[in-house]
Amino acid sequence: MTVRPDLESHLTERRDAGRKLLLPYVTGGYPVKDWPRLIEGFAAAGADAIEIGIPFSDPVMDGPTIQEASSIALSNGANPPAILDRVAQADVDIPLIAMTYYNVAFRMGHKRFADALVTAGVGGAILPDLPLEEAADWAEEADRAGVATVMLAAPTGDDARLARVAERSRGFVYGVGVVGITGERAELSASATEIATRLKAITSKPVVVGLGISTPAQAVEVAQIADGVVVASAIIRRMLAGGSTDDAIEFVGELRKALDAS
Amino acid sequence: MTITADHADSFMGDPDDTGRFGQFGGRYVPETLVPACAELEVAFKQAWADPQFKDEFHNLLTTYGGRPSPVTECFRLSEELGFRVLLKREDLNHTGSHKINNVIGQALLAKRMGKNRLVAETGAGQHGVATATAAALMGMECIVFMGEVDIKRQALNVFRMQLLGAEVRTAMSGSRTLKDAVNEAMRDWVATVNTTHYCLGSVMGPHPYPWMVREFHRVIGDEARSQCAEMISGDGVPDYVVACVGGGSNAAGIFSGFADTRAKLIGAEPAGGAAVGRAVPGVVHGSKSYLMQDEFGQVQEAHSVSAGLDYPGVGPEHAHLAYIGRARYESVTDSEVLDAFQLLARTEGIIPALEPAHGLAWMVKAKSELAGTTVLLNMSGRGDKDVAQVQAILDGDPEALATMRP
Repeated sequence: MTVRPDLESHLTERRDAGRKLLLPYVTGGYPVKDWPRLIEGFAAAGADAIEIGIPFSDPVMDGPTIQEASSIALSNGANPPAILDRVAQADVDIPLIAMTYYNVAFRMGHKRFADALVTAGVGGAILPDLPLEEAADWAEEADRAGVATVMLAAPTGDDARLARVAERSRGFVYGVGVVGITGERAELSASATEIATRLKAITSKPVVVGLGISTPAQAVEVAQIADGVVVASAIIRRMLAGGSTDDAIEFVGELRKALDAS
Repeated sequence: MTITADHADSFMGDPDDTGRFGQFGGRYVPETLVPACAELEVAFKQAWADPQFKDEFHNLLTTYGGRPSPVTECFRLSEELGFRVLLKREDLNHTGSHKINNVIGQALLAKRMGKNRLVAETGAGQHGVATATAAALMGMECIVFMGEVDIKRQALNVFRMQLLGAEVRTAMSGSRTLKDAVNEAMRDWVATVNTTHYCLGSVMGPHPYPWMVREFHRVIGDEARSQCAEMISGDGVPDYVVACVGGGSNAAGIFSGFADTRAKLIGAEPAGGAAVGRAVPGVVHGSKSYLMQDEFGQVQEAHSVSAGLDYPGVGPEHAHLAYIGRARYESVTDSEVLDAFQLLARTEGIIPALEPAHGLAWMVKAKSELAGTTVLLNMSGRGDKDVAQVQAILDGDPEALATMRP
């Protein structure tokens, strides 16, 4: 069993020390051979935690970039146990978070899925199609196993709903930065800073905003209010466009530098 | 299982507060969409309890949609098969299928909610054409997502939608059929939820869709029930009620009129898309139901000669009806469907859509079980859209044959 730092206390300590949190994303299985080295590379480049996508056939929250990476991974045989085996071997001392869709956990069984995450040293789970009303069974099983269920808080929710979401969330609260799906945006949506402001007002848990954050400047702007950012499509797109894993790692380094300088 | 009268009253009633029929259903959507689904649920409940809304709905179905649709007695087919066949003629509705019921209901509801943009998914194109029609009628913007594969095999319906003023967008991901069109429509809705209503075309998706869409199609079952009472001696109920099932909207509509009777309910699934037949629970597109998937939960691609049934899931209420034994789901092969398609044309002068031809294909197969009984088949759509495809298959065109599964 692989043991890594606890997600919520790790992020809270770093935030309290004045650091802006950077959570880059890796699609498990993309690039087909080299993806595991992204985990160690991102950690060395200054990631505070890493989101590992377990590809699903029908990712309704994802735009074309993550869809394409998922689809390449799946057609090359990526599957949850194989991905988690590789994740377990990664030599990093920061928390890892699985991001997948609920049917993957449902099909495997809540307990088996939670236990498999723990065994692989994955301390958190993001299931974007499992909202509050449907989450209880999974979240209790995850709590028992010691996996932090990170809940998404969306701009479309009223304040009462955001409060309930933040209350149930473990590890951090994931603020959805745009009314929309994952993908790069030329301009940062005003809703990214708005959701950060609204969440900061109601929770002491770390508030991390993702979706539509594509550049170091956008990351800096959001992190002026939020405790940190998730960057996904902007990383994956670099590799889909022909860049190497080193290019992706270098980009994470740029994000780190920009956040530290802000 | 034995159905008692007390028990029967609970069949096809309202779902519970979480949108479940038994263990199936629910609302598994991205957080962004949860408030919109909750708002839709409230709006539908209020509208459906409002006599003015219901009047407007039924008035449009009558004066625009052409309801009530007749029930046709099939003398020559009955003679050939050895049991009495009745057809509920949804193929005679405006736009050529049952789909018009649901889209009129949802477009009226969207207007009532102040949303003037409709997005929809379509497989065969029937729901897309129906949505585009309702949008044209009510002066609404309409975007229809359709898989690339379906756009090729249903080119005529693509042009119909465009004539009706809708924009057809190609779904290029995954199997490029109905399931991927649903993904694209949901992605659009996630980004446009403040101004847009997702006009979902079947009894699937997050609560309240499976319930709401069934209620808008309940008119099929209600009409058929009173028509059968006139045509069938004794208790006025057919021995069997048969419908094809992809997502399951026409079946839900006709079943709802007979769920509390002794009639046996049969859903005919394509062999290559038999979600209920495989009976593996899963969660996709907003609800928990039966789902074709691999050991890791990846959704599998359905294969059917009929684009309208080319879907790996099924509406959650069908999973429930199957689970409790109130309805039976049987699968038929593409070649059995093609035989049935031609049989109905030859014996009754009715060219069915490939979808309801699945129901007839099961009836032909189950001839000995059905001997001497009365069977009501929901003729959910007409076959004009399929004629070119069937011609190509019968002519042995390799590309058309490739749409067939043994």
